[in-house]
Amino acid sequence: MSALEVTDLVKRYGSKTAVDGLSFTAQPGRVLALLGPNGAGKTSTIEVCEGFRKADGGSVRVLGQHPGDQSLRARVGVMPQSGGTYPGLRAGEVLRLFASFSKHPLPPAELLVRLGLGDVERTAVRRLSGGQAQRLSLALAVVGRPELVFLDEPTAGLDPQARLATWDLVASLRRDGVTVLLTTHLMDEAERLADDVVVVDAGRVVASGTVQELTRGSALGQLRFTARAGLDTDQLLLALPEGCTAKESPAGDYLVEGVIDPQLLASVTAWCAGHGVMAQDLRVERRTLEDVFFELTGRGLR
Amino acid sequence: MTRAEKGQPAVTRAKKGQPAVTRAEKGQPAMAESAMITSTWADGALAPRPGVAPTLSMLRAQTRTELTLLLRNGEQVLLSLVLPIGLLIILSTLTFVEVPVDGVSRIDFFTPGVIALAVMSTAFTGQAIATGFERQYGVLKRLGATPLPRAVLLGAKTLSVLTVELLQLLLLGAVAYSLGWHPAGTVPVVLLVLAVGTATFSGLGLLLGGTLRGLTCLAVANLLWLVLFVLGGVISSLDSFGPAEAVLRFLPTAALSDGLRATLVDASFPGAELLILAVWAALGLGAASRLFRWE
Repeated sequence: MSALEVTDLVKRYGSKTAVDGLSFTAQPGRVLALLGPNGAGKTSTIEVCEGFRKADGGSVRVLGQHPGDQSLRARVGVMPQSGGTYPGLRAGEVLRLFASFSKHPLPPAELLVRLGLGDVERTAVRRLSGGQAQRLSLALAVVGRPELVFLDEPTAGLDPQARLATWDLVASLRRDGVTVLLTTHLMDEAERLADDVVVVDAGRVVASGTVQELTRGSALGQLRFTARAGLDTDQLLLALPEGCTAKESPAGDYLVEGVIDPQLLASVTAWCAGHGVMAQDLRVERRTLEDVFFELTGRGLR
Repeated sequence: MTRAEKGQPAVTRAKKGQPAVTRAEKGQPAMAESAMITSTWADGALAPRPGVAPTLSMLRAQTRTELTLLLRNGEQVLLSLVLPIGLLIILSTLTFVEVPVDGVSRIDFFTPGVIALAVMSTAFTGQAIATGFERQYGVLKRLGATPLPRAVLLGAKTLSVLTVELLQLLLLGAVAYSLGWHPAGTVPVVLLVLAVGTATFSGLGLLLGGTLRGLTCLAVANLLWLVLFVLGGVISSLDSFGPAEAVLRFLPTAALSDGLRATLVDASFPGAELLILAVWAALGLGAASRLFRWE
């Protein structure tokens, strides 16, 4: 059974449709990242899954239950994007309070130290820095030892060390069999942490798959090299297998796109040699998730 | 992965001495390895083990939290404890306010009204403001995703209000006794009036706190406190308001202070006042349970 099933989810705010027929599935014990630009509908989606918002269409099943079902409360950990803690309590007090709701909580003291919050245990929540509040919020989400955790932008505003501590925790949750659903607009975060990525834009899924599937679609490899300007790329194409493209841009820089395998590489270099051309800086480029992301969602600011 | 693995030897062989190619290709598996984040948590330390704590221990923890927050809040302590005690001392020792009933000592007349004020401060104003801000900060929303049942949360709020009221009664009682208070009435009747009054003001406080945003709630709750304090017969007899008395006596604060005065001064059973309070309680709690928003 999947840990989370979202089918044709629709969420509207007035006349604005934030989530527009979104579907995806999270498998148990894996990390799934909802990746998308700001305003893509990630938070709306996760908040419906958490039971905080009602869906306007479609269905959501969390561990086989309706979202927000009382029986899920102990099984699911939630880290909202911001807020959610008593500003007047100390960090340690909040964590111990949340721990007291669970039968077998993680030791609050250890959790604080591992997330770099040992020194602020007695600091009021309202005096924590943004990054510290963020990590406390993460601690609150996992302290009850849930089966499934929802993390909405868990590393937003964190410095590199704090980010690493968060990644460490997420990776450890995964290793110990916890299902993690996180939202992020950070490509490298999705690439490093997630088993599965669902790219969301304008409330719809524009791509989904494992990081490998998304970045290594074999038809989409790139081979770049530099040589003297003005080579006949049409001629070059004739030497290459079907389905490749070749172009010069800017002058002297060449880009071949297609299934980049040893055979193709050999064909390109052989063609160059045959034409007395010295190909330099020959490099095969793997697409990063960032390339995929921009390809799918566009580069324009919204 | 497979394409990179297959590709790598071929590329290196085909273009030996081309560092750009080798680096680019070798960089890929290296990057994939660095993507593996090392765990510093012991194996299985985070393994799921969901379970709900016993209700009583949740209630205890949440009540302790509510009380901690309440007593740490300076304004709240001022409103609930300092102000009523100060008012009691001032009213019973200074004579600028007339005691409107003949034959009743100053302290006997003013103590019930001040107790009513103290109950209103804690159950209504304090609770409304705290709840309004908890909603604004998303605390209630987030607690809704923990195993803490809402009934236990409300129970904890009620227990913390009752605890503070007990503290208020003890302090006000001690101060009043030292100023020569001679209460009449019986403990069960006094407790009954206090209980119904608390239910009334809690309902109204939760209605306000559950529907208004933090700062708006703060302003409205404080304003209503002042209005009810002045018009509610806390320190004066409603007779002094002339014909308006007929209406004002139906205000919850008036009903509570009249009710307490009836039993503590005259030792009579305040049936009418209890009825008025019960109607307010039903209205307040009913509206709160329908309109209360958790976020």
